[in-house]
Amino acid sequence: MDKFEVLTGVAAPLPMINVDTDMIIPKQFLKTIKRTGLGKSLFFEMRYDDAGNENPAFVLNKPAYRNAKILVAGANFGCGSSREHAPWSILDFGIRCVIAPSFADIFYNNCFKNGILPIRLPQEICDKLMKAAENGANATFTVDLRAEEIHMPDGETVKFSTDEFRRHCLLNGLDDIGLTLVKKPKIDTYEAARKADQPWV
Amino acid sequence: MTAPRTLFDKIWESHLVDRQDDGTCLIYIDRHLVHEVTSPQAFEGLALSGRKVHRPMQTLAVADHNVPTTDRSQGIADPESRTQVDTLEANGKAFGVRVFGMSDERQGIVHIVGPEQGFTLPGMTIVCGDSHTSTHGAFGSLAFGIGTSEVEHVLATQTLVQAPAKNMRIRVEGKLPKGATAKDIVLKIIATIGTAGGTGYVIEYAGEAIRNLSMEGRMTICNMSIEGGARAGLIAPDETTFAYVKGRPMAPQGADWGKAVAYWKTLVTDEGARFDREIVIDAAEIVPQVTWGTSPEDVVPITGAVPNPEDAADEAKANAMRRSLEYMGLTAGQKIEEVKIDRVFIGSCTNGRIEDLRAAASVAKGRKVDPTVKAMVVPGSGLVKRQAEAEGLDAIFREAGFEWREPGCSMCLAMNADKLEPGERCASTSNRNFEGRQGRGGRTHLVSPEIAAASAITGYLTDVRKFLA
Ligand code: SF4
Repeated sequence: MDKFEVLTGVAAPLPMINVDTDMIIPKQFLKTIKRTGLGKSLFFEMRYDDAGNENPAFVLNKPAYRNAKILVAGANFGCGSSREHAPWSILDFGIRCVIAPSFADIFYNNCFKNGILPIRLPQEICDKLMKAAENGANATFTVDLRAEEIHMPDGETVKFSTDEFRRHCLLNGLDDIGLTLVKKPKIDTYEAARKADQPWV
Repeated sequence: MTAPRTLFDKIWESHLVDRQDDGTCLIYIDRHLVHEVTSPQAFEGLALSGRKVHRPMQTLAVADHNVPTTDRSQGIADPESRTQVDTLEANGKAFGVRVFGMSDERQGIVHIVGPEQGFTLPGMTIVCGDSHTSTHGAFGSLAFGIGTSEVEHVLATQTLVQAPAKNMRIRVEGKLPKGATAKDIVLKIIATIGTAGGTGYVIEYAGEAIRNLSMEGRMTICNMSIEGGARAGLIAPDETTFAYVKGRPMAPQGADWGKAVAYWKTLVTDEGARFDREIVIDAAEIVPQVTWGTSPEDVVPITGAVPNPEDAADEAKANAMRRSLEYMGLTAGQKIEEVKIDRVFIGSCTNGRIEDLRAAASVAKGRKVDPTVKAMVVPGSGLVKRQAEAEGLDAIFREAGFEWREPGCSMCLAMNADKLEPGERCASTSNRNFEGRQGRGGRTHLVSPEIAAASAITGYLTDVRKFLA
């Protein structure tokens, strides 16, 4: 998992509430053998028409937002199923931070497992961020997890807070494997002893 | 002096990297086998997080589940199967992991390839994203199946977070009667303890009848530990084990060999070590077995009859039996030897090794498969196939009317093109008789290779002892 310290990028506005996991990634894409490669199918139903052509009105198809790294959305984002394909598709698109007034529980947890920072903020602050995000290519935010601050394009700073342990894991890029790798010196010591004792291993 | 320890305790303790306050342990993994179905997302996870495979030389990958067992020169027809197999080879290249590809003679079922190459060694911890990893316990190694996220964890760290298991010992004492095989022993064990009997345990198999088995027979026993609910089975290594391992391509060589054997000889359960559960089975009572239902514990002697749900211990069991009978198209009281079969499958990680093929060929030799039966032999690996051909077994099978195929999992799980049609009944040397396992609506009877061959010839489930001189 990549570390999440400071992220600077364009924020895309998605002013909808109850964006569910089927909207994020519909079920025909769950057959994949991959966790990556789902980015092109992110928000599939909204993003493409029946013939598979891009819908130019959808935010992520607009030139200014094609490389968005942050998503500002409405309440209850990520409701529906537990599919981890949802955060996988968001990550694969290139978005590493989602800001919303509230998130569905499972989706919220899944984000942390995949190196995505979900930020919960009061509705009125989200409204302000949403408005700023509507400025197209000028909507560049900086999300500083260490300081727990969002720097908006106009220079204003918004504070947020995260669970201490999760922040620690994200800042250090620690997933389950990452946590084991903290014990790397112990693994190294073990391997060295085994190698001396049982060189055939 | 330390307290007496079981074989499991010894292997476990020698692999502890760290023990947390809550009792969970970080254990070192010596060998990691990888196949195409459960590994793509794990490799992908590594790529996404920019990680490498920590110990590529302790990892071995082989495609088995999806590969065709017919002519392979045209590749794999099914696009999803092909993608999985191609992905494995690409991941091997990208991460520096050895892959035995579809055209490699060493390719085969992962649990046959590991021992064959000397990759599987006594005293090791061995994992694979596959429940029949228990097979490797036959060498006195702690071997168990893991999920895809754990596959990724092992690839990245060569360790696993685990809690210790409980100890069970099953002693099979005395000598096996004529016609009874390792498969019959393990079916008898599963019938005795039930499919959940081993849950939470590692089972150590011991006793004279186990000691007398070849390595291949021991693998058949450990393979089906999982059907008895145990994640792992163990058999203490002995001279039979050392003789099997010696000289294999990845086995220790030179001075290391002597050192390794000296260590392996310490891998026995100490006198007086405590087991949480102990079971003794009299080998003399083990006759050739067959499953009648859709759970591996639904076992009866080949000379027996389909049981009656009315005799079940409780109503839940009776209902399960009724459902099984209906699915299997059988009636209570029906004689097993009067059950007509349509197909025979000889192969799988349970019974796809050279000794299995020899045993089946000795029954098939000079006889003909009944014209109503379609029978196939699928060697467990390319090397098993080559050996069998060198011994002329392929000719014996072909002359008798069996199909002789390329190695792979094949109709054990019917993920490739080999499958039963709805309603077809099969005498199979594999390990699972679940509904639909060998194809939707297919009916599976688990048997030894000898019974499978005898049944192919008569067209009915048949007691092999009739064919023995
Ligand atoms: S032969 Fe059957 S049980 Fe063995 S690994 Fe293949 S599919 Fe699994």
